[in-house]
Amino acid sequence: MRSPLARAEGLGSAKGGVKHWWAERVSAVALVPLTVWFLGSVIAHAGGDYDAAVTWLRTPLASLAMIVLLLALFHHTALGLQVVIEDYVHSDAKFAALFAVRLGCLALASAGIVATLRITFSR
Amino acid sequence: MDSKPSISDETVARRRPRSPNIQIYRPQLTSVLSIANRVTGVVLSLGAVGLVIWLTAASMGPRAYGAVHSVGASWGGRIVLFGFTFAFFLHLCGGIRHLVWDTVHGFELRAIYISGWAVVAGSVALTVAAWTVGLLLAG
Repeated sequence: MRSPLARAEGLGSAKGGVKHWWAERVSAVALVPLTVWFLGSVIAHAGGDYDAAVTWLRTPLASLAMIVLLLALFHHTALGLQVVIEDYVHSDAKFAALFAVRLGCLALASAGIVATLRITFSR
Repeated sequence: MDSKPSISDETVARRRPRSPNIQIYRPQLTSVLSIANRVTGVVLSLGAVGLVIWLTAASMGPRAYGAVHSVGASWGGRIVLFGFTFAFFLHLCGGIRHLVWDTVHGFELRAIYISGWAVVAGSVALTVAAWTVGLLLAG
């Protein structure tokens, strides 16, 4: 007893593909220098202790780059995992999975930013 | 009553094979790298969680940082971090390959294979280089 509209809704193009595609590319381009900077810094501080890590992270450039990295990284992660879920999950769990990924990425990015700010402004 | 089908339309739909039926194809560099880009993306999502754990531990103080650091410095932790490093470089190089394709370049079969093997070689070389320098600096 479903109307033709109810059968068609949720199928086919959601008209949001271009926005998703662009956001994935923009975050990808941003992540190239940011992730290379992060890995290079971690390698440069390899073997260092807590003080060395915190001293590095609380410099203005490092904390700014870390926050931008967290924003771009979890935005990119949310977009990528969304596509994986849409491709493979066709059950009722799809909505819950999409919800969990989006909320989880938001929470993790926020937690990372809070931690970075606490390190930056701690004494 | 008996003329009704015994299995519902939904069950039939579920049994129908879905495209792409990758199991019937011979693996090729192109398909393997495409799958690898997706798999490494999912793997790196877990690595991103590790980054937040590391940052949170650093914000909590030397004890919490030391606990997380000792897990990462253990043999098991190092193997996992090595895996994350390789996944990162494969996803990075594969991602750059995708960005080049977005400019409508490199779609000829020959160019596809050259860039594909460059991604494989580059990822291996960068992973080995990163760990060599890191372990040398760590002493």
